[in-house]
Amino acid sequence: MIGAFVIAFREVIEAGLIISIVLAATRGIPGRMRWVLLGVAGGLAGAGLVALFAEKISDAFEGNGQDLLNAAVLIVAVLLLIWHNTWMSKHGKELAGELRAAGEAVRSGEREAAALSIVIGAAILREGAELVLFLYGLVASGTSGADIQFGAVAGIGAGALLSAGTYLGLAAIPSRYVFSVTSVLIIFLAAGLAAQAAQFLSNAGVVEILGQTLWNSSGMIAETSWPGRVLHALVGYTDRPTALQGLVYVATIALMVGLMQWSAADKRRAMRTA
Amino acid sequence: MSRQSCSVRLVIALLALVGAATSARADDMPVIKVEMRDGVILPAVIEVPANTRFKLEIANTGQSPVEFESVELKREKALAAGSTSAIVFRTLDPGTYQVFDDFHPEAKAALVAK
Repeated sequence: MIGAFVIAFREVIEAGLIISIVLAATRGIPGRMRWVLLGVAGGLAGAGLVALFAEKISDAFEGNGQDLLNAAVLIVAVLLLIWHNTWMSKHGKELAGELRAAGEAVRSGEREAAALSIVIGAAILREGAELVLFLYGLVASGTSGADIQFGAVAGIGAGALLSAGTYLGLAAIPSRYVFSVTSVLIIFLAAGLAAQAAQFLSNAGVVEILGQTLWNSSGMIAETSWPGRVLHALVGYTDRPTALQGLVYVATIALMVGLMQWSAADKRRAMRTA
Repeated sequence: MSRQSCSVRLVIALLALVGAATSARADDMPVIKVEMRDGVILPAVIEVPANTRFKLEIANTGQSPVEFESVELKREKALAAGSTSAIVFRTLDPGTYQVFDDFHPEAKAALVAK
């Protein structure tokens, strides 16, 4: 029972932490709940499909199908997170209620919420397929006892609770600072996802350079330990990063910070001329 | 919406390109078989060739789902009961790599490349 609890809990928080950050980052955008629910539903449906066709997907592209699918899902999520932070550095203050003229923020907010619903869907699709396989196996095999099934359900519940707690913690930050905090969290989140995508492309043989290991910190924080797993979900921690992963990580951060600076400067110019 | 669908199209185009590139290669690499059964990985020492392409064919012959995983190799694959799937390795330095079943944490094995 404990085993089932731990596995379900682990898989849920990996997607749940991403969702709680995205939820905190979209505070104040009108009509976002509809998009959030749509993203969750789409992600679960997608995870079910991936689990159902797991063998077919794996065999596609000469056995590289799963790696390529994972990379594609992650790249879409990263692009949308980059766009989100760029947009936020222009409209964050309006949403935080500091400025009266929130007109444009409200108008383009819908598009923003739609983008983040895709990020939520991607996070669930990526992490959920394994959970679906695991849970379906528990039910379908018929050999697992009620205690194991209870453990899995309790694990999902505990994972959801921890994610909700993370969201409430972020939501308790005063509205003046909340978007600064979520922007920083999203920069590291996106960089971590981009580095993972790079590794999937490397596994699939698409990228064949910079495969050497930069360092090995598995003795300090093992990736499979609890701190390792949480850090992996939040900032993309890995205990043996390759040079490619390191490069993509740093480049993503630099690109996002650059775009956010540019976007904020663009807004200041627009306000001066107005 | 247009910018999103544009990036989605870009990814699909990229995938198609990659697919065309990889499928051109001949499918004549060695196949190494691994069996996973409800918390047991067989063989306990998986011998694979180093510095060459090979395919690791993993069969889940048990009643419960398994997940073949190696942190060192940065690979993972979840398998439903009764299913078989493969991981293609392009090249591996000689050495010993720890692998485990993420759904049965007590199940461990070593992958030895030489």
